[in-house]
Amino acid sequence: MRKILAVVTALSLAGVLAACGDSKSESTTPKADAIIQIGSVYEPQNLDNTAGGGQGVTEALNGNVYEGLFKLTDTGAVEPLLAKDQKVSDDGLTYTFTLQPGVKFQSGKALTSADVKASIEAVTAENSKSARKSNLAVIKSIATPDDATVVVTLSSRSISFVYNLSYVWIVNSAATDRTTKADGTGPYQLGDWKRGSTLSLTRFDGYWGTKAANAGVVFHYFTDATALNNALLTNAVDVVTSEQSPDALAQFSGNSAYQVSNGKGTTKLLLAFNDKVAPFDNVQVRQAVSQAIDDTKLLTSIWGEYGTPIGSMVPPSDPWYEDLTSVNAYNVDSAKQLLATAGFPNGFTFTLDTPSYDPHPTAATFIKSELAKVGITVTINTITADEWYTKVYQKRDFVATLQEHVNDRDVVWYGNPDFYWGYSNKQVTEQITAAEQAKTTDEQTALLKQANKTIATEAASDWLYLYPQIVVASAKLTGYPVNGLNAQFFAYGITKS
Amino acid sequence: MSHYLVRRTAILLGSLFLAAVALFALLRLLPGDPANALLPVGATPDQIDAARRELGTDASLPSQFLSWLAGIARLDLGKSLISTLPVGPEITARLPVTVPLTLTAFVLAVLVAVPVGVLAAARADRWYGPVINAVAQLGIAVPAFWLGLLLIAGFALNLHVLPAGGFPPDGWADPGLALQSLILPCLTVALVMAASMIRYVRAATLDVLGADYLRTARALGAGAREAMWRHGLRNAAVPVIAVLAMELATTFLGAVVVESVFALPGLGSLLVRGISQHDYPVIQGVMLVSTATVLVVGFLGDVAQRLVDPRLRLRSAS
Repeated sequence: MRKILAVVTALSLAGVLAACGDSKSESTTPKADAIIQIGSVYEPQNLDNTAGGGQGVTEALNGNVYEGLFKLTDTGAVEPLLAKDQKVSDDGLTYTFTLQPGVKFQSGKALTSADVKASIEAVTAENSKSARKSNLAVIKSIATPDDATVVVTLSSRSISFVYNLSYVWIVNSAATDRTTKADGTGPYQLGDWKRGSTLSLTRFDGYWGTKAANAGVVFHYFTDATALNNALLTNAVDVVTSEQSPDALAQFSGNSAYQVSNGKGTTKLLLAFNDKVAPFDNVQVRQAVSQAIDDTKLLTSIWGEYGTPIGSMVPPSDPWYEDLTSVNAYNVDSAKQLLATAGFPNGFTFTLDTPSYDPHPTAATFIKSELAKVGITVTINTITADEWYTKVYQKRDFVATLQEHVNDRDVVWYGNPDFYWGYSNKQVTEQITAAEQAKTTDEQTALLKQANKTIATEAASDWLYLYPQIVVASAKLTGYPVNGLNAQFFAYGITKS
Repeated sequence: MSHYLVRRTAILLGSLFLAAVALFALLRLLPGDPANALLPVGATPDQIDAARRELGTDASLPSQFLSWLAGIARLDLGKSLISTLPVGPEITARLPVTVPLTLTAFVLAVLVAVPVGVLAAARADRWYGPVINAVAQLGIAVPAFWLGLLLIAGFALNLHVLPAGGFPPDGWADPGLALQSLILPCLTVALVMAASMIRYVRAATLDVLGADYLRTARALGAGAREAMWRHGLRNAAVPVIAVLAMELATTFLGAVVVESVFALPGLGSLLVRGISQHDYPVIQGVMLVSTATVLVVGFLGDVAQRLVDPRLRLRSAS
């Protein structure tokens, strides 16, 4: 018994010591030497975005350690970054970029056109795992007439070319082992990456642009959303990049020590039909299913007051956004009629391949109960993310599936009849191809709006809702990005008081 | 004894090999492909094929198995498919979290369970005997993660005396900080473990209390306390040691859940991550190390049991 007492005493002592260490001096002016503690559930798999680094590497390094010729700002605009100047030939096939002068990598080496060439080629290389590889297939050749000039020749016009370049990190062409080290031109240099725990960035004093407003940031990685929220509640982290647990929001939104932002997301939850196989090769069946599901009710049940109902694949941050929620809107009577006309007056049965992680199982159960009201029986088949990729994405062995699509400007997949959902409409394909080859962004926007309207009308998929992008931060923090488009999280503007 | 050791070591190595075969085979039964974790939606079929070639998942299963086995023989656990880093150092980097957590919790649990268990048995007639028993039973029913959440809510969120989770980035560079972050996880594991241990200790002690030799000792003039101390405890220790060895192994594996609740960068989180990404070398590496630990602890437990109990030694000698 005495031993137990001793243990208990030791523990309480440790507790008291911890309490003493916790009291920090308070002030309200931003501190330039502050280190910002960032909490996230997206740990990078490795540090190379052309070798499957995943969403986490974009969040931690994009714009912070690595920069592109252009950057996608937090509001969705494309601005020049390492490209000081660009000239486009009249036929739209030759792009001449002049690089910012005086740019140095964190290793000290000066940026040259050779680095830019090597960086673009890393994305288009044979073993590249970049999702942007196919977008950059239009590149015919890259020339470097001098150290400050890069000339890219395309095989056909590509109005998204500059936008696509914002995903190409300019890396030191002499760098080896990009999977565990990083040498970019951004405002931070890579500190220490303790796998499974933290990744730190420290301010790079040789940065060519405006220096970071803080001395550094530390990303803390969590596998458990509750643990992440607890870290914020105990001030172990200052900000959570993307709140994934709707139930946890109440404890922050009602508390003046925290600020909760409701930004513009780009992640859409899709009920994706296999448009090539029965019964979903029938437009009326797809329309009926879309109209039979009350998307707003689903959104509210999962996210409460957050998130946005969406009528198509285009999120509001895309330039060709249009509110299409009224197309194939919730209408059970009309859904029943459509089913009858399509030859299914008594409904039918189909299997819904459902990824096992949130929010898919909840959404699947909701869809099942909604569709039961129009006579359709849903069999829910739960699969892992990995299985989804093999079964649905590669083998196309599915009838319908749920999936979240995270990127902006990804409506263009509906122009590719070989994409996993197999939507094939010649007119849409032509419009999307023509949009890419448009001479002006107005022309591009007009064409994509038309295509978008067609896919919405034909219910190519059912776009259930747009995820909210919720950043929860300590009230002492300012200057953090709220939209985090495509998982970016620019940390250099953050100050802590 | 030496004969026994040789035989027992052979069994240990044989079990390890069987475990390696089972591990490899079971993992390959899972649907999916490790290349998938590296590829985004939008990857072309060419990219998918290239990734599979690069990772070697397109090679035949026997050749994958043999190269893994050859690696183990050289103490090389291979490279992670996802991070491309060697698995061995990745595992060693996690041990400074998992090993102290497991061992401290284990010692703590023993320190609590042995006196409390003996007390519950020796004083079964008093009011607190059954109470201890009931509390222990409750403790067994409580899942570790729930107890962890409860402790976090109490000590971290309300009292603000201990961190809610995480481990200092510098590891044990500042031992105070590192210890602080292990207190709640240790308590969680220890309490759950102590609960089941108490019941074993109590049962073993009750067995001994009714034994003839204890009555004989009392008859020869020893007091209740002396009889228990000199003859009882040593006899009760035999079954308890076997159970303790098993408990230590379970804790080591059970740390997976607790590490996740407390966001600790230990073996558990490495395993969870490996599983979610289908990272075969990581899963195989962690599981092999864990299995080896369990088997070795079992081996040591058996040897310890023989040292404590001369009857076991004599039985195998005859």
